[in-house]
Amino acid sequence: MNPRQAPDPECQDIFARLSEYLDGELSPEEAAHFEAHIAACPPCVEFVESLKKSIDAAHRFHSPCAPEHVPAEVAERLKKAWAASLARRGPEK
Amino acid sequence: MDPHPNTVAARAEAPEVAWARQLLAGDASAFTPFVESFQAKIFQYTWLMCGQREDAEEVAQETLMRVFESFDQLRDPAQVKAWVFRIAKNYCLMKRRKSVFAPTRELSLDELHPNHDGDGQTLQVADAAERPDAAMLRGELGERLERALRALPESYRSVVLLRDVEELSTAETASILEITEDNVKQRLHRGRLALRKELAGYLEAVQ
Repeated sequence: MNPRQAPDPECQDIFARLSEYLDGELSPEEAAHFEAHIAACPPCVEFVESLKKSIDAAHRFHSPCAPEHVPAEVAERLKKAWAASLARRGPEK
Repeated sequence: MDPHPNTVAARAEAPEVAWARQLLAGDASAFTPFVESFQAKIFQYTWLMCGQREDAEEVAQETLMRVFESFDQLRDPAQVKAWVFRIAKNYCLMKRRKSVFAPTRELSLDELHPNHDGDGQTLQVADAAERPDAAMLRGELGERLERALRALPESYRSVVLLRDVEELSTAETASILEITEDNVKQRLHRGRLALRKELAGYLEAVQ
């Protein structure tokens, strides 16, 4: 997986398209080809695992700066807007 | 190996979809969780795109007001998150007065290759007694991740935030940002590679 040391074309292909594999966007044949290569290539296994960990960290990311609550007066205005919108629509049929 | 951790089909119905259904039916019990959840999400997106706390708070409130003013126009509750983020992105654009997805710099695959010289900062831990506390490392990882997200060129950052942080689909992200799905895939992969490279040392230490 280190292209400077081992520019294996299959490693390069995995490096270039790994997200498509992880996101289930490859055809079954392409995915099977990736899996066959990864099973026999420890540097690719290491790379795949590190990218998955990085993606998992992004999934769990929550900025500590985000406010937890909405000010009461703002919530009241939002609630009025919601009620007015549903009133315009009329009763559900 | 589970190769598909992020596919739409694999996800159960998200809480915000259930809240949207309740709100469309006039059920006020879903109002507060819906508002607080989306306020935090919109704030985070805008905060990381604009970098100004005041702008992020304003965009969150303006977006929620627009959402509720037009709530009767929500046709498919399953699409509520993409609908809200489409509105949020437009308010964010107005706040910035320039495109959030105008590419400022292209990331090349060559610069993102893993190699020992440039693969992030590796933690040097001599033995178990000196190993930092796992919770502390996770906190540091969060801080490093926020810095790494901010350091991404804008066009990549917006895609990574919508796809990996908010877990919207490729099609939803393409629709929100008004770019092609192929463009989303390319920017997402390069953005992910850049984050991985930046976080590599921490990812090894935090299990």
